[in-house]
Parts: sequence; C-alpha cells; structure tokens
Amino acid sequence: MTQAAPRAAAQKTRKLPLKERYALLTRDLDWEPSYVGKEQLFPYTSYEGIKIHDWDGWQDPFRLTVDAYYKYQAEKDKRLYAVLDSFAQSQGHLGLSDASYLNAIKLFIQGVTPLEYAAHRHFAYLARYLEGPAPRFAALCQSIDELRHCQTQIHTISNYNKYYGGFHSWSKMHDRVWYLSVPKSLFDDAMSAGPFEFLISISFSFEYLLTNLLFVPFMSGASFNGDMPTMSFGFSAQSDESRHMTLGLEAIKFLLEQDEANVPIIQGWIDKWFWRAYRMSALVAGMMDYMLPKPVMSWKEAFELYFEDQMLGGLFPDLDFYGITPPRHVEDAIAEKDHLSHQVYKILHNFSFAASFTTQTPSEEHSRWLAEQYPATYPQLYKPVWDKHARAEAAGGRIFFQGLPQLCQVCQIPMAFTEPDDPAAISFRRSEYRGETFHTCSNGCQWIFEREPEKYVQAWLPVHQIYQGHCGGATVPEVLQWYGIQDGDNGEYKGSPDARSWAQWHASAAAQGV
Amino acid sequence: MTATLRQVGLDIQDAEENRALVDAIKADNPELTIRHLPGLLKLQAAGRLVINRETVEQKLGRDWDTGEFQLAIVSYAGNFSEWDDDQIIVSWEH
Repeated sequence: MTQAAPRAAAQKTRKLPLKERYALLTRDLDWEPSYVGKEQLFPYTSYEGIKIHDWDGWQDPFRLTVDAYYKYQAEKDKRLYAVLDSFAQSQGHLGLSDASYLNAIKLFIQGVTPLEYAAHRHFAYLARYLEGPAPRFAALCQSIDELRHCQTQIHTISNYNKYYGGFHSWSKMHDRVWYLSVPKSLFDDAMSAGPFEFLISISFSFEYLLTNLLFVPFMSGASFNGDMPTMSFGFSAQSDESRHMTLGLEAIKFLLEQDEANVPIIQGWIDKWFWRAYRMSALVAGMMDYMLPKPVMSWKEAFELYFEDQMLGGLFPDLDFYGITPPRHVEDAIAEKDHLSHQVYKILHNFSFAASFTTQTPSEEHSRWLAEQYPATYPQLYKPVWDKHARAEAAGGRIFFQGLPQLCQVCQIPMAFTEPDDPAAISFRRSEYRGETFHTCSNGCQWIFEREPEKYVQAWLPVHQIYQGHCGGATVPEVLQWYGIQDGDNGEYKGSPDARSWAQWHASAAAQGV
Repeated sequence: MTATLRQVGLDIQDAEENRALVDAIKADNPELTIRHLPGLLKLQAAGRLVINRETVEQKLGRDWDTGEFQLAIVSYAGNFSEWDDDQIIVSWEH
C-alpha cells in the first residue's frame, strides 16, 4: 500500500486523462471526405426522416478507446477460458442439477447464439455507415463483441454436445424450425429496417429495455443449476452488454435531442419494438418457469423487477423529459404476466415432438413452486391441465397435439395466448390487406401488422411453408429430417436418451461409492 | 424532487476479485441495498450511485483504473452520468 502510492502518482502524470485520450483516439481520427460527397459516403442516414444536425453531440459515457477495449476484452476471455477448461477437465456436466436443465441451453444455442452473429453483421454495417465517429466506433466495438459472444457460446456449449442430444445442427435449425422462426424473424425485421430504426430496435428496445429480462435469468438459472460455463460466458457477455445498453440509451437521447421532428418517429419505433422484443421474450418466460429443475425466480418476479421497476419506474420518467411516453400496449404485457409462461410452455409441451429439445409435465414439487409464484392463476387455470397430462402419463400415454398450429403473422408464435382480460378466450385478431386475411395474436402484433402490412405479408411462416411443400415433405418424419432433428432429440424428457444416460452415469457413480 | 429518488442499480458478478470493489461502493453509498442472486449481486440506491477510484484502491491495496469496472459489471439501471479517471456515477438525468 505505502509503496504503491508514489509509483501510482508517477504513472498518472505520464498518462493522458481519459477524456483527452478518448477525444484523440476516437473523435480526432475522423476526417472530412474530399473527393466524394457526404451523401455518397453515407447514403443511408436520410431516408428514414431522422434529422441530425451535429454528430458530435453523441457521447460515449464509457469513453472507450481501442487499446482499452482490447485489453479488457482479452482479460474477459482469459477468465472465461479458465472456467471452461476446468469444467471440462473435471467432468463438470455430471454436477448439473439434472440433465433436463440442458433443454434451456438447447433453446439458447438454437435461438440466441445465431442472433449474436446477426448482430455482429449488422453492427459492422453501422460501424461503416453511421456518420459520426463516436457512434461508428461504439458500433465497431459492439460488432466485435457480438462475434465474441457467438464464438464463446458455441465453444462453451460444444462440451455438452459430446454427451447430450439436441445440440447439433443448431444453425440449420435456426433457419428452419418453427419455434426458432420467432427470434430469427425478429432480427430479420430489425436488419431490414433502416440504421436508425435498427438502433431503436436492437440497441434500445432489445439491449436496454429487455436485455436483463432475456439474459440475466438464463445466467442466474445456469449458476443455480450447476452450469458454471454458461454462467461464465453469460456474465462475460453481459459485461459487454452493459456497454451495449449504454449505446442504446445514448442513441435514443442523441436522436431525441437532435430535432423535435424525430420524437414521433422514435415513439413509433419504441411502440413497435417494445412489443416485438417482449413477445419474443415469451420463450424465455416458458424457459424460466418450466425448464429449470431448480428455478431461480419466476417470470413474473423478473418482469416486475427488471421491467416494471427499472424501466417503467426509472427510465421512462427520464424519457418523459423529451416527450416520450411508455410503449403502447405495455398494459397488455403487465396484464398477462401471470399467464405468459404457462401458455408458452403448454405450446412447447404439446409440440416438442417437433422440437430439438424435450419437455415434461411439471413434477409435484415444481407444481407447488408454480402455485406459490402464481397464486392468482396457476391453481385454477394451469394446474388442472398438468394434472390431466400426469393422469394420461401414469396410464402409459403422452399427449402431443396432432396437427399444425396457426401462427401469428408478426411474432410467429402459435396463436394460443388469451385475451388480456379473459383467460378463457383465445386472443385472435384479424386484419385485411390486399383482399387477403391475416391473423395476429394480440393487440400489439395487430397494430404492428397494420402499421407496415407490406412488410409482414412477406413473413416466412413455418406452418405455411410446410403446407406449401417447402419443408422436406408432408409427413412429420420428413419435416423433422429437413429440420435436422434426430430421433431422441425431441419429445418427452422422461425415458429420453438424455434421461437414460444421466441415470446410468449417476447409478454407476453411486455403485462405485463416488 | 421525487424524480431524483428513483432507484438506480448496478449488477455485479459475485466473485472474489470484486469483493474490494463492492466494499468500496458500500463505503461511498451509505444508503445502498444489496440483493444476492445466484452468481450476482444487485446493488441499488435511490437516485445516485458513485464509485470512487481512491476508495477502491484503498480497499484493494493496489492501483485501479475506472476502466476495470468493465470486468465486474453485469448490468445496470440508470445512466452513466460520469465516467472519468477518478469517478463513475450512475444516476437518472431528468
């Protein structure tokens, strides 16, 4: 301590202050184009109607410079790889709470990892095409971050692929399988929008508003269920994520401050993208409440903590200063927080014969936990359904839904959600466009459809595609083969190859007295 | 006035290397509440949270760059209203 002090003082005098370093290494590396016009160099920043008067108004609170970026990222990777190695070397997978936990991780690598890659691509595009040097550099760092996330996730999860089913072919599945079209279509929607809408969709609505709700439950769930590697890559990624959240918040404040005319455009994007991202998070809700053998926190509690308290209570009063109001349809999301996870998991449970993960009826113990978390809805509305499944299974059966569900034209989730004020009625919205009828699952999705019908009529809906003969054939085995799903990846967990291997590995360990 | 009392928060990885940092935050933010979740610590305070380099260095017994905070943070609620060589401040702006 006493020796370190003078050394530190000497060092500090040599080093430029952070603000100056940032100004020199980020802003001052920009130049004015001389032999092409600005419009030619940056052709995409005018057509969305957003007005920017001064790109230097963009602040990066992290004041990140390229040398600091690589230094800290290298340190994060070093820490992560140490955890991965020790977990693999010590057969860490045997210490999981249960093999059924890995269904959450299958959903993650199939649904989320490819989004990281998509984000990497699009932030690289922003790093080229945004006009200000500060947002360009922030986008460049984020692009590299997203590639790191994609790679570390693949690397981490590949260890499980040696022992368990369902982890192969996730990239192909992301492009083809019905439940994965939910995240894929959301990102396709964002990437086919203009650069400013992309910033509001992914950087603000996804990264700032909802990222905590999407990622932190996965990571705490991993920690609680003995999955050290996933927890480590998750937190390693999340530390970048807080920079991404900052980019999202900075983007919205910058755009709102630049011109009053931007406010209604931004509000429209917030209204659209809150609901889009929230609807996709329904898959996370089902995962949190039903797929973790040792649940951490209910969807409802996480929604209240991370969204209602932090965003509606904290952020939106801040944005009120600019004339921004909380997202349209947010009251529908609040109204269904007691229902969402149950309705989603019922869908997954009914259709897991066509999924690359397995599902199971909640055990009595798990059912008690659900009743404690959802006293107002679970005992009356959802437990009876699971009891019925349990009775059928006790008699040697397993109920799967036969047939294909109708999908929402916007979020692409099967149309199984109920009305915000009536849990006995399916929410079913109908719109007409160019003489054809289109269906959506909620007020939010219908509003989004009717705002840009010419975009959403082009949706690649997995069920329609099967009926049109584009998915390998007309029978379930043919479609599963086209999806890349192998026998045993899918269906019921109990009695599955994963469940059998797990029982065998643990029985032999017990017999040896380990 | 009520506007400044909205909660801000920092989520920090629950790890050995972050103990001194969390102690420093506790020392500089007397109103702090800490919630333990698996793998992480959720720090919350009304209106404002501050991290001072000097306090962290005292607790840590070595030099510490405010940039190193990037290795500890998982998430946050609020806005980084200051991040320079000596201080990091999280608050709501309006």
